[in-house]
Amino acid sequence: MIARFAVILVAGALFGAGLAISGMTNPARVLGFLDLTGAWDPSLVFVMAGAVVTFGCGMLILRTRRRGAGWFGSRLPTRDRDPVDRRLLVGALIFGAGWGLAGFCPGPAIANLVDFRTDAFLFVPAMAAGMLLARLGFHCE
Amino acid sequence: MLSPSSDYTWLHALVGGVLIGLGSLLAAAASGKIPGISGMFSRILRPRAGDTTWRLVFFVGLLAGAALAFAFVDASNDYISNLPPLATIFAGALVGFGTRLGGGCTSGHGVCGLGLGSKSSFVATLTFMAAATLVVFLLRHTALGGLVS
Repeated sequence: MIARFAVILVAGALFGAGLAISGMTNPARVLGFLDLTGAWDPSLVFVMAGAVVTFGCGMLILRTRRRGAGWFGSRLPTRDRDPVDRRLLVGALIFGAGWGLAGFCPGPAIANLVDFRTDAFLFVPAMAAGMLLARLGFHCE
Repeated sequence: MLSPSSDYTWLHALVGGVLIGLGSLLAAAASGKIPGISGMFSRILRPRAGDTTWRLVFFVGLLAGAALAFAFVDASNDYISNLPPLATIFAGALVGFGTRLGGGCTSGHGVCGLGLGSKSSFVATLTFMAAATLVVFLLRHTALGGLVS
């Protein structure tokens, strides 16, 4: 399983480098993107488009060529068919509120730990606590 | 308040986005799971035999990749945050709680869910973008901004 871990290590490195290069780790840029009525910074549209198209097309190609098989004996994950329920909507609203307040979503906050950002060292443990609260109080994974 | 650097271009955004997509793709193919950051992170907080190491390995890679990019690519993560510490902590708690209740974050719903054409991820992404936009509007363009400055 060393090969599997090696691929996942590379996957994480690409993801982390992508976050830093794209500017997602910079909350000033993220908040500039979210500030539609201010001096709107559209650059994050390119981040989302690049990521969604790459992932979507890549999965489509893999699925077609390998008939749904992943690597190392796994099955490729399929789209989740979770219902749009109150839990999903309330959760997304709460997440969005926190994202708009600090300009951090989970990946960029974690990436900023290696840039020794004080705000990341405050944000990430609080995020872990919020996740534990969701698990204990609402049985979320 | 916060100032983005000027040598950044839309090409950084596009290349970074493609790398995020590629990383997600490799992780999905190798793990068989939808590799959303909030889901992977929260499952590390409750380790299970056989299903935790790969998530840890992903985050080791993420930190290493980010460190390399911060060091060698002029992406300039040169922001100065003046958000009060308590507000940062509150935001972190909201993000942690909300992503788990809602079943995903910008990567799980936004990148992977949209890429796979999931309807619930589409709705979730629209919802958290709308909420974030509203909060930024309230804090930057109304008197409520006084609460966090």
